[in-house]
Amino acid sequence: MVAWSDQERSIITSIFSNLDYNDVGPKALIRCLIVYPWTQRYFASFGNLYNADAIKTNPNIQAHGTKILHGLDRAVKNMDDIKTTYAELSVLHSEKLHVDPDNFKLLADCLTIVIAAKMGSGFTPEIQETFQKFLAVVVSALGKQYH
Amino acid sequence: MNLTAKDKNTVRTFWAKISTNAEDIGTDFCLKIKSFFPPFFRMLVVYPQTKTYFSHWKDPSPSSAPVKKHGATVMAGVADAVAKIDDLRAGLLSLSELHAFTLRVDPANFKVLSHNILVVLAISFPNDFTPEVHVAMDKFLSAVDLCNYS
Repeated sequence: MVAWSDQERSIITSIFSNLDYNDVGPKALIRCLIVYPWTQRYFASFGNLYNADAIKTNPNIQAHGTKILHGLDRAVKNMDDIKTTYAELSVLHSEKLHVDPDNFKLLADCLTIVIAAKMGSGFTPEIQETFQKFLAVVVSALGKQYH
Repeated sequence: MNLTAKDKNTVRTFWAKISTNAEDIGTDFCLKIKSFFPPFFRMLVVYPQTKTYFSHWKDPSPSSAPVKKHGATVMAGVADAVAKIDDLRAGLLSLSELHAFTLRVDPANFKVLSHNILVVLAISFPNDFTPEVHVAMDKFLSAVDLCNYS
């Protein structure tokens, strides 16, 4: 059970309430596929991912990036029990999608970079610490049902 | 992990673009981004375990002299690595020996610092720090990290 201070809750809800999920989600996923190219292995059915431009303009990647952010939204709304909230998603990623759980951290790092670029000087070390704590809990929950 | 010619070019071009003064790169870079909390201080806050290497400093706040000085030293080291990108192993030999044998820094911490450098680059240069630049910088910093602990 993860403890959240009032300030941490406020920081997380504030960050997400100021995000355009249709923009940030795709940007984070695109960045992940380019910076960590082995992650493309999970998107073989998505069409053309042959180079950075193809990835950036691929409509399936756009849609999936948005979907991921909406998935994160569920964690924001259930911060006191992210583990249970994500149990089903964890089973999905393990048993159906066969995603190496190390990759969750890579996507989390890319999302941090995208949010940092968006928030600029507002992304202070304290805010970064809280945001990364949140993502670490999400990453851990997603890996919990792997056996 | 090998840096391709394209990676090296991307790093050199991006670094040249963001540095205002070729001679004073380390200090200038820190001056430009100091309002965004330079990477070194950011690391001390976000990853408190890294403070264990600096327990000899009484004051670990961003305005303290040792933190500012060391932050500038670190970024000057990165700038130097850019200049020596064609042979990092030879170019960073003395730094490598210092971190591995004298300071004995746990290798995981280099990755942590690199992450914070990337975060500050994203904050400071949101339009220039494209995914393509990000991957080249990530590979470059990984190569620098490897030199520093092996």
